[in-house]
Amino acid sequence: MTAGGTGQDLDALYQEIILDHYKNPLHAGLREPYEAEVHHVNPTCGDEVTLRVHVSPGEDGDVVADVSYDAVGCSISQASTSVMSDLLIGKPVAEALTVHEEFLALMQGKGTVEPDEDVLEDGVAFAGVAKFPARIKCALLSWMAWKDAVSSASTTQSNGGDA
Amino acid sequence: MDGLLPQLDVVRKDFPILERTLAGNRPLVYLDSANTSQKPQCVIDAMVDHLEHHNANVARAMHQLGAESSEAFEAARDTVAEFLGAPSRDEVIFTKNASEALNLLANTMAWAGDRQVGEGDEVLVTEMEHHSNIVPWQLLTQRTGATLRWFGLTDDGRLDLSDVDSLITERTKVVSLTWVSNMLGTVNDVAAIARRAHEVGAVVVVDAAQAAPQMPIDLASMPVEERPDALVFTGHKTVGPTGIGVLWGSRALLDALPPFLGGGEMIETVRMEGSTYAGIPHKFEAGTPPIVEAVGLGAALRYLTDLGMDAVAAHEHAITAYALEGLAGVPGVTVLGPQDAADRGGAIAFELAGVHPHDVAQVLDSRGVAVRAGHHCARPAHARFGVQSTTRMSSYLYTTPAEVDAFVEALEAARTYFGVAS
Repeated sequence: MTAGGTGQDLDALYQEIILDHYKNPLHAGLREPYEAEVHHVNPTCGDEVTLRVHVSPGEDGDVVADVSYDAVGCSISQASTSVMSDLLIGKPVAEALTVHEEFLALMQGKGTVEPDEDVLEDGVAFAGVAKFPARIKCALLSWMAWKDAVSSASTTQSNGGDA
Repeated sequence: MDGLLPQLDVVRKDFPILERTLAGNRPLVYLDSANTSQKPQCVIDAMVDHLEHHNANVARAMHQLGAESSEAFEAARDTVAEFLGAPSRDEVIFTKNASEALNLLANTMAWAGDRQVGEGDEVLVTEMEHHSNIVPWQLLTQRTGATLRWFGLTDDGRLDLSDVDSLITERTKVVSLTWVSNMLGTVNDVAAIARRAHEVGAVVVVDAAQAAPQMPIDLASMPVEERPDALVFTGHKTVGPTGIGVLWGSRALLDALPPFLGGGEMIETVRMEGSTYAGIPHKFEAGTPPIVEAVGLGAALRYLTDLGMDAVAAHEHAITAYALEGLAGVPGVTVLGPQDAADRGGAIAFELAGVHPHDVAQVLDSRGVAVRAGHHCARPAHARFGVQSTTRMSSYLYTTPAEVDAFVEALEAARTYFGVAS
């Protein structure tokens, strides 16, 4: 189905899952404790995200204990932030980084990469975004922020609360 | 509708790109002309003809092609001078774009010379400027210890002149402002501000990137105390090619500024110990210039002159009024800037409640309607209105009322798609 009978498949971009996350974002808001906070901006459109990562020690190394954020932006960037936080919270950092790579590969695959639902879960809904070059940066904004934050979180002390 | 260009359908045929269709066989509805304008066939032909028949470097080649190329390049300078009503054609400097023209000024004013800006001096801009007319002046003031100040904006998107007496003082060395806002559409009273700035001896710089495409400019007819000392615009917004911009500066200003880029063509004599420089315009045109782009710009400005800039301005005014009327009928739309078409340019930035500008633009694009979403290189102006980004529609001389209708209809579709329609 296409919106308004157009040739460009809007529905491929705006999957129901994306619109759901946009309207009801998960894990939104800034929380404590956290070891790293980053602020990323998409300079072409002004979309912004402030993102905190809380990492705690687990049996097999560090675990992403929390991802909290305050973001302004379009449906794609907002939904992507929601999906990402839900996907990564609770995962060992090493595994979360693998998920990050998988999502990055999907976004940079120009629509040729078949997403692995076992790894990306709701993230597969963003497969269509890869065909809209102008929107890839929207989808990646918070993922890049998370990568940035998590890389410094492991070497930083907790800010407030118990780690 | 009154004010439209006569024979608009014939004018549109001059622009081959307007014939094309987009995905889904949708006709192109191009409403992003404040970003870049489309090009008429005569511009494309002039550039191709130059490359096919007259290509050579300018001012250096001692052969027939060199003479032809130089003549075409300098003829383009004459055309620009006529288009602006410049007092002298030597005051027209070709640059890469309007940004480079502003950077030329902001850099050369940091260096030793009669117009050097230093510690304790002030540079005055406005909150509605394009980043190109903010950042170069930030760099200048940061490098020299001068202070950057700015006019704020009123709630209806006009310059707040209530504190003009505290902003324009003996310390003010430069006042740089846009003639027409690329986001709010506001047309500023350049003459009044120039008059006030000249009383304190400040250099007045006008960013005409949005003004040059849509209103007649006649520098020579402006009283000298109201005439800017420098004015910049870019070729690609005036139906010309990218890669070429214009700095017009009064001879007095340009003679007082040191050279910007050093290189071929800008010199008189070069010795290893030091060099002397060419007079204007060549003093500011180091290296091989954008020759074919200048030829294209010349053709573009002749095209606009043939249509008549008064007629282009009337058309823009009529279309802008019609678009504002259409937008007023869409629930949830908030237009930033002046709400009526009086003293307003053709760029209309707006919010649509419940739908982010990216998403508005995406739905519009799926229907062939090309607009811009984001902060339009005017982030401070967005911040002034507490808005992160907007959608902007910008018409031009080829825009039809039917295209505005398609745009308004597409906005309704966006509301429906994102479930905000009542």
